[in-house]
Amino acid sequence: MPEPTTLARTRPTTAWRLLLRNRIAVVGLVFVALWTLGALVVPLSPYGAAETGAGPLLSPPGADHLFGTDNFGRDILTRVLAGGRVSLWTGLLAVGISLVIGVPLGGLAGFLGGRFGNVVMRVMDVLLAFPPLVLAMAIAASLGAGMTSAMVAVGIVGIPEFARIMYSQTVSLRERDFVDAGHAIGLPRMTIFARHVVPNAFAPILVRATLGMGYAILTAASLSFIGLGAQPPLAEWGVMISDGRGYIISGEWWMTTFPGIAIATSILGFNLLGDGLRDVLDPRLRTSR
Amino acid sequence: MHDDLLVVEDLSVRIDTSRGPLDAVQGVNLRIPRGGSLGLVGESGSGKSVTAMSITRLLPRRSVHVTSGRILLEGRDLTSLSERQLRGVRGGQVATIFQEPMTALNPVFTIGNQMAEPLRRHMRLGRRAARDRSRELLDMVGIRQSARMLDSYPHQLSGGMRQRAMIAMAMSCEPALLIADEPTTALDVTTQLQILDLILDLQAEHGTSVLLITHDLGVVAQTCDDVAVMYGGTIQETAAVQDLFDRPQAEYTKRLLSFMPEGRSRVADALDLDDSAAPAETPEPKESQPSPEDAPPLLEVRDLVKTFPGQRIGGRRSEPVQAVRGVSFAVPRGTTVAIVGESGSGKSTTGRALLRLHEPTSGAVRFDGQDLLSLDEARMRQMRARMQIVFQDTYASLDPRWLIGRTLAEPLRLHTDMTSVQIEERIAEVLTLVGLEPDHADRFPHEFSGGQRQRIGIARALMLDPDLVVCDEPVSALDVSVQAQVLELMKDLQERLGLTYVFISHDLSVVEMMADHVVVMSHGQVVEQGNTTEIFTRARHPYTRALLAAVPVTDPAQRHNRSQRREIVERGIAAAG
Repeated sequence: MPEPTTLARTRPTTAWRLLLRNRIAVVGLVFVALWTLGALVVPLSPYGAAETGAGPLLSPPGADHLFGTDNFGRDILTRVLAGGRVSLWTGLLAVGISLVIGVPLGGLAGFLGGRFGNVVMRVMDVLLAFPPLVLAMAIAASLGAGMTSAMVAVGIVGIPEFARIMYSQTVSLRERDFVDAGHAIGLPRMTIFARHVVPNAFAPILVRATLGMGYAILTAASLSFIGLGAQPPLAEWGVMISDGRGYIISGEWWMTTFPGIAIATSILGFNLLGDGLRDVLDPRLRTSR
Repeated sequence: MHDDLLVVEDLSVRIDTSRGPLDAVQGVNLRIPRGGSLGLVGESGSGKSVTAMSITRLLPRRSVHVTSGRILLEGRDLTSLSERQLRGVRGGQVATIFQEPMTALNPVFTIGNQMAEPLRRHMRLGRRAARDRSRELLDMVGIRQSARMLDSYPHQLSGGMRQRAMIAMAMSCEPALLIADEPTTALDVTTQLQILDLILDLQAEHGTSVLLITHDLGVVAQTCDDVAVMYGGTIQETAAVQDLFDRPQAEYTKRLLSFMPEGRSRVADALDLDDSAAPAETPEPKESQPSPEDAPPLLEVRDLVKTFPGQRIGGRRSEPVQAVRGVSFAVPRGTTVAIVGESGSGKSTTGRALLRLHEPTSGAVRFDGQDLLSLDEARMRQMRARMQIVFQDTYASLDPRWLIGRTLAEPLRLHTDMTSVQIEERIAEVLTLVGLEPDHADRFPHEFSGGQRQRIGIARALMLDPDLVVCDEPVSALDVSVQAQVLELMKDLQERLGLTYVFISHDLSVVEMMADHVVVMSHGQVVEQGNTTEIFTRARHPYTRALLAAVPVTDPAQRHNRSQRREIVERGIAAAG
């Protein structure tokens, strides 16, 4: 009896194609792509992001200034796009910090277990016990106000989440037969961890990292809003909303609305993309459609 | 035929998959007489489960479509019913039990809670009455302490008990048809025999018709009146059970029958020996070593103990688990020693402990004269080149992200200083040896069938030319036809390469085919060991006899000795307990 062979398919191309077939993921991808593109075309704007008097003060959206101008006459469209540049970098680096520290910590805690694993994970539990924004505020404040400290604060706050995901992945991968097979051929433990465990935990980490981008952008903007992150005159969404706060009641809605929409759509984009990635990379968690 | 309870006419089912539509079932005809039983047999992917689940439409409606055909239950076409009308049929006229009762039961409710629900809903019983009726039902399925059972949660019960509870629930509304989808596949043989017996009893007493879906011809031979054999979405043959085994018509049936390990019939012969012929007293586990004649054994295991520390719950540790409690046996070079036992017997732990994949708690393992347990980590890693393992789960044992070639090269890169070209040649050589193509090295594990993956698992074990291979249930996850091929390959390799096997299995018919010497384990201890013929013809320990008696015999004519077999099984279980 000939055995049926499952259809041949190679991993990367299929994952990418499935992602493009997933409508939600594509919407997310479009948002993310638009903001990335926006960040790239900032230099093409006729106005500078910090250029005061680029137009009349507080002019409403119109032909010259599509998103209007602020109380210093700066062009809001240019500032929103430039803010995107700041936010994307902040998100990337903050998530990078969480990944680089959280993944090895959680992974080793899961793989080695014992007292080491216990201590690491209890420390993570302590970090998780604080409300994330409050913890980020405390860290940012202790580092001194500025975009860099906001970024580091957001990065540190994100560590336990990645450590936990990596921990649970590793604990289940550790019991898989191919890890035993590695022991059986005589591979050293650390080699097994690096070659067979870490790469197999990649999918959920990637999903979490994508979702984490949106979260990092939001937290960084919040820190800037309360004055612990980016400082004026830097064009940053949180700072812009903070600047426009006083003008909401007097009717200059565009100063806060456009950066607000920017924050919302970029986070939405990363969240949708993350959900889409999860559907593609882990069919078991696929939400019914 | 007015006597037919269920008639399936020309049923076709299409499933939408990510790779396009799949015609899983094509033009299937089935009929089950009132009070009769039909076995639906096929290998994985044959469409047997899809057919059965289509009857009460238990498949996702968005992706599974009945494209043609009628399903008549007492003359009423189920395909034309609305979802609401069908709900009345399910659990009412038709009840279904599944392979894994743990997942079919809700873990957060007691058995009593779950049993009462259909009784109160369908039968409109009060709380008190529902509980009384539940106890009756549990009594009916042979659960003795039914009151305690009602207050238990599913995880507190054994697999067999859970399946009994599922059957009790299925019977609660006195269904006309019981659909059993691989009801015993997840259970040990001795439990399987008892559950099948129970289904037969219920059928006889209540006149319930049974549709039994299974991959195991032995199960069908023991339980069903008629058999339908499925392959590739179509029915190959339908016949009365005796006719099917005596005079198979379809080519596929003949092939399927030929794959049944011949051991099966001999297991039956062994059983024929009257129970009184066996020594009445429980014999001591035999400690004698096999063939002490000439060369010292390649592997010698002495008083091996493996204790797992208890789970830590809160600050306190629970009782440690004694998985292996003093096991001794020897494996002469070039032979196969099988370790047989049911789940939880400690057979797999023994296999892994002797390779030090689980560090043994105490005891001695001598491999080719070397005391393995005294080796330090570095020396042990070197020693591993000579002792390998083949796993049961072919998918889990290969890193899913690695090309086969990379997986196969890993031991060579670690233990030898072969060049890339030499490694490639060796991979091609070994792949050919296990019946695959050299260019299979450029594929991922998921691109192979289960049987092919097991060949790859064997290839990995052979890369370094080991002396000893521990095979942990190597064919249990495979279809019978594939099982036969893989076993054949393993025997052939043993002859050609002079391999020594420790063969761990729960399946006695497979063991009889492979082993020279058999070690029977129960509850972490060896209850009996001896050479294969001895064990299979003159088993002395009641537990060994129970294992033999429980193997489903592929001969319908053997059914008459059911009660005798059940007795042997029950006695054996009691003796092992």
